[in-house]
Amino acid sequence: MAATDTAHTTAPGVDLPPAPPRRKGSVTRAPGEKALVASPSTWFVWAGVAAFFIFLIGILVSVVVDSLGKPWFDTWLPENFTTDWYTGAWDRFGMAQIIGVTLTVAIVVIVLSVLIGVPAAYLLARRNFPFKRIITLLFLLPVLMPPITYGIPLATVMYNFGLGRSLVAVILVNLVPSVPFVIMTMTPFIEQINPTIENAARMSGANMRQVFTKILGPLLVPGILAASVLVLVRTVGMFELTYLVSGPQTDTLVVAIYRAMTASGGGEARQLVSSMAVVYTVTMMVILIIALRYVSPTQLVARVKESRED
Amino acid sequence: MSAPAVRRPRAEKSTASRRHRLAERGIDTSLLMLVPALVFAVALFIYPFTYGIGLTFQPSLAMQEQWGAGIWSNYVAFFKDPFIFDSIYLTMRLALPVALFNVLASIPVAFKLRHKFRGKKTLTILLVLPITLGTVLTAQGLLIFAGRQGWLNRFLVQIGLIDQPLTLVNNYWGVVFSLVISGFPFAFLLISSYLSGIDPSIEAAAKTMGAGWFQRFRRIILPLLAPGLATTFILTFVLAFSVFPSARLVGDAMGETRVMALMAYRAFGELNDYPMASTIAIMMGLVELVVIALVLVWRSFMYKGSTGGKG
Repeated sequence: MAATDTAHTTAPGVDLPPAPPRRKGSVTRAPGEKALVASPSTWFVWAGVAAFFIFLIGILVSVVVDSLGKPWFDTWLPENFTTDWYTGAWDRFGMAQIIGVTLTVAIVVIVLSVLIGVPAAYLLARRNFPFKRIITLLFLLPVLMPPITYGIPLATVMYNFGLGRSLVAVILVNLVPSVPFVIMTMTPFIEQINPTIENAARMSGANMRQVFTKILGPLLVPGILAASVLVLVRTVGMFELTYLVSGPQTDTLVVAIYRAMTASGGGEARQLVSSMAVVYTVTMMVILIIALRYVSPTQLVARVKESRED
Repeated sequence: MSAPAVRRPRAEKSTASRRHRLAERGIDTSLLMLVPALVFAVALFIYPFTYGIGLTFQPSLAMQEQWGAGIWSNYVAFFKDPFIFDSIYLTMRLALPVALFNVLASIPVAFKLRHKFRGKKTLTILLVLPITLGTVLTAQGLLIFAGRQGWLNRFLVQIGLIDQPLTLVNNYWGVVFSLVISGFPFAFLLISSYLSGIDPSIEAAAKTMGAGWFQRFRRIILPLLAPGLATTFILTFVLAFSVFPSARLVGDAMGETRVMALMAYRAFGELNDYPMASTIAIMMGLVELVVIALVLVWRSFMYKGSTGGKG
């Protein structure tokens, strides 16, 4: 690993071959040689990352152990291990129903927000038209506002229309942050496509629909995948908005866990909640790991121009 | 406002067809692609929002009697009722430090992970995974891991660092931990994307001219990164500002972490006072907009320009 961001104060003007870059503190060192001891700043960063991971792994592992243990009070590990909590939670909360609802909502939201968002992102990236800035701002607002701010009026409207606690309402509220998100993610992807390709297609007689399906579509697949992954993660993880409009039959997984944790009378047994939380995390991680095979996370804002010094 | 229209030399009557003239200003049939998104925005965002604002001026009878200010009762209640008004301060006390920490901590980490090394992809994936955990699992995990009986306290007591278990959950710190765990990876992801959008040849040029690492950071990276930093700060602030499940689950919901979102939800779900709920919700948006505006003002003092790659 190399950290070229830190100083290497070899005399300026020396003709440097593309040698492996050196770390900070390499005051006078022959090109190509690496310091054996990392600089304090490097240690500091790695210590911070390590602390973060200790918390993260501690949180994850303790939930998993908790969901398998019986009983676990004030010892390092539970006395026995069992999978009873999983079967218990599965029956008690109707997990099949909950997971079904979660996936349905996620898929419908992805499809709708891509269909609505991509054409809009294309126009915003490529074209100039009256009121463009106001329209852009309008699409950005839902991302900038706290979900509760528009969620509460929106939920009130939903209840007024008699949609409260229905699947339609859950899907509609989740669209509100998703569409702007698709637009925001897609715009840089569209901008980096060379417009001459589209122009060439148009000159060869392709109409707008053909340009979209034959030219832009294939080129935008990575972008659409990235946007879909983000929308999926956000929708499955979205708590605030879903919670405002969902009911017992339409709870997504997160909302169901929250309800179990705060149920009147001190909540359900902690281990039941833990096992649900494990199911939730495993689902999310599988989705994300599959997704990361296709999309590199750092490509979301800008396509990475691999550093020449690597 | 509107896009700079193509200015014709004189106001002479154009001979081009109306369609052609409109197309010159950027209006043609392809704009129809914008229609679904506009319909969506109006139906699901503008309409409910204006409806909600209208609702704030229709306070419930109980509110009117208690505060006696006619249609303004909800707002009077918001500012005069310390139980509600103090939640602004409580929210800020959580959201501002957390957002600042997330951004500042991401910068060095993103820097160190900028270059290729063995296991970089794994590390990035690991750093990103917490986004999937969601607030609810983080809360449950924190309660178990950092609770009085949890591994963290058990370890600290056993190595003799502390005598009594620390109270890390069900208070301010519990919420801070949960927000950092969910917000930091997000900030890291954004900042490393912005960082990768900066053309390395600029830095290489500075290095050739003998700039030290601090000079390069101060004069080149920071100005180019500033817009990205502002955006990241805003987005993590929004995340932290609207905390709600974690404030209830790992926080002290009626005390230290009585955040605005909790108050709004209490009015909505528990008291069924929709006008008051909308009032709190909209005030929440206003408070947040003030913070965002301040950040954008700061950003406008920094260098504005292309950082290459990301337009």
